[in-house]
Amino acid sequence: MTTRGGTLSTTRPRVGRLEGVRDRPLLLVAVGVVALLVALVLGVGVGSVAVDPADTIAILAHRILGLEIPRTWSEATETIVVELRLPRILTAMLVGCALGVAGATFQGLLRNPLADPYVLGTASGAALGAAIAVLIPVRFVILEFGLIQGLAFIGALASITMVYKLSRQSGLAPLTSLLLTGYAVGSLLAAGLAMAMYLSGAALRQIFTYLLGSFDGATWPRFLATLPIILIASVAIILRARSLNGLLLGEQAAAHLGIDVRRERRILLALASLVTAAAVAISGLIGFVGLVVPHVVRLLVGPSARLVLPLSAIGGAALLAYADIIARVAGGIPVGVVTAIIGAPFFLLILRRARTGYEV
Amino acid sequence: MSAILELDRVTVAYRERRVLDEVTLSIAAGERVALIGPNGAGKSTLLAVATGLLRPDEGQIRLTGVPVEGLDRIDVARRLAVVPGAANLPFATRVEEVVALGRLPHEDPFRGARPADRAAIAAAIERVGVGHLLGRDARELSLGERQLVLIALAVAQAAPVLVLDEPTVHLDLRHQVGAMELLVDLNERDGTTIVAVLHDLALAAHFFPRLVLLDEGRIVADGSAEDVLTPDRIRDVFRVDPGFVRLPVRAG
Repeated sequence: MTTRGGTLSTTRPRVGRLEGVRDRPLLLVAVGVVALLVALVLGVGVGSVAVDPADTIAILAHRILGLEIPRTWSEATETIVVELRLPRILTAMLVGCALGVAGATFQGLLRNPLADPYVLGTASGAALGAAIAVLIPVRFVILEFGLIQGLAFIGALASITMVYKLSRQSGLAPLTSLLLTGYAVGSLLAAGLAMAMYLSGAALRQIFTYLLGSFDGATWPRFLATLPIILIASVAIILRARSLNGLLLGEQAAAHLGIDVRRERRILLALASLVTAAAVAISGLIGFVGLVVPHVVRLLVGPSARLVLPLSAIGGAALLAYADIIARVAGGIPVGVVTAIIGAPFFLLILRRARTGYEV
Repeated sequence: MSAILELDRVTVAYRERRVLDEVTLSIAAGERVALIGPNGAGKSTLLAVATGLLRPDEGQIRLTGVPVEGLDRIDVARRLAVVPGAANLPFATRVEEVVALGRLPHEDPFRGARPADRAAIAAAIERVGVGHLLGRDARELSLGERQLVLIALAVAQAAPVLVLDEPTVHLDLRHQVGAMELLVDLNERDGTTIVAVLHDLALAAHFFPRLVLLDEGRIVADGSAEDVLTPDRIRDVFRVDPGFVRLPVRAG
């Protein structure tokens, strides 16, 4: 057979201004990095005590890069910047990065555009863990990490382990089984959470705050404890982009394309769960980011995991950083509310712009 | 000629039922073989064991002389390409992105597709004739167009053996013949070994010099169309009146 028809330029469907970006993923990376740097300066500057952007940059240059800069700021400003605002904005970025990568991974792994980092029970497990921590009368602290954070982390990992183990005993196809088991276990844990909240009395608000998600509790130790987990696991996931790409056409096709599907599924599930657990431990349950960021990225650059994973990391980090800044400016409303309020219309706008048939 | 794909007394049983019963088959490099037989004869199971997806209960499979159970998935994928079954893509995926998946067994795990991969993708698109579909979401294509794109993916995989399970099932007559001519061309010009499961006996007889007929897990005939598709076998194996099957006689 011979090639029929025309050239790329005449047959490509019109997809508006988004089209030009598709062949220039590095441009997106550059835009993302600039957005993150701006968010860093803004995030440190915004708050009850406003810090001048020039001072912010000077303090950052002084403390992080060790530059000798003549002091134009007060001791108190430096403390606010270094001890409160910097860990907070960095935590927002770290959690956004984690949710973006985990969301893209779960969607690719489960071959389901509606999947998000919480789909296999991690959210309910983390929430129940946090609620139990609130209800435990003894206040002790594990390495400054905190009981709520510690139990949320353990709860998330325990629930996904349970889901994975139980799903393997079913006679259904692996993916169907995982999703249904995740739903069932999630419902069970949610019932436990409801019970804990019902019994919690005065501690209800504390549990509720965790469920909504917030960076109020961000500290350097918590940030530094989760940073290596999220970074190492995310890089490990990105290095397995090939496997996620193979799964685009289904598990059997992936096997024929040289992918050891069972092993890759296990590894990717473990890595994505670890990333999610670390994120929910320090921030609570922030929705929307992990579901939507990978979709926006795919609309911009196509479905290749090699691009989708790193760009989802950057996009998630930027989205949460700005969402947290807005949340603080708006007087401390929960960041999860902000992600939905700014994220949903943005997503709808992107969906309208993308005129190729995009179905979720 | 050396055998590129060998099955040696391969048996697969589900509970009591023997889906493959001591099947021995040797396919030489450069051959073009059609697997035919009624539904449930064991054709798809044969493909599953031959491609290493299913481990047989007994017997051995050798791919390019190497036992397939000793090969990693990626080693199999570099030796043998399988045209994927019609897939539900979970995300919008362009035709060229689907074809590019054929390079996964070859691409550098860290750096991704390199110029050689891009050249192979372009060549496969040209070869299969799906250039006019570039830029389109593969999910919006007709089943026939999608089938051609999936064949292009397997061509881009550039493996010495190409395996197809019912490649013409969604194609209209013109595309059926086009796909068959493409397989003949890949076989004769590139030397690619072709193994295809076909239901259409006329297509098999016309385009394949060697037919392997399976029935109830056993190979009951193996040879040219004239030798394999006798009226008696059509009556016994397919359980239809041979008058229904009009087979073209290959010239020469």
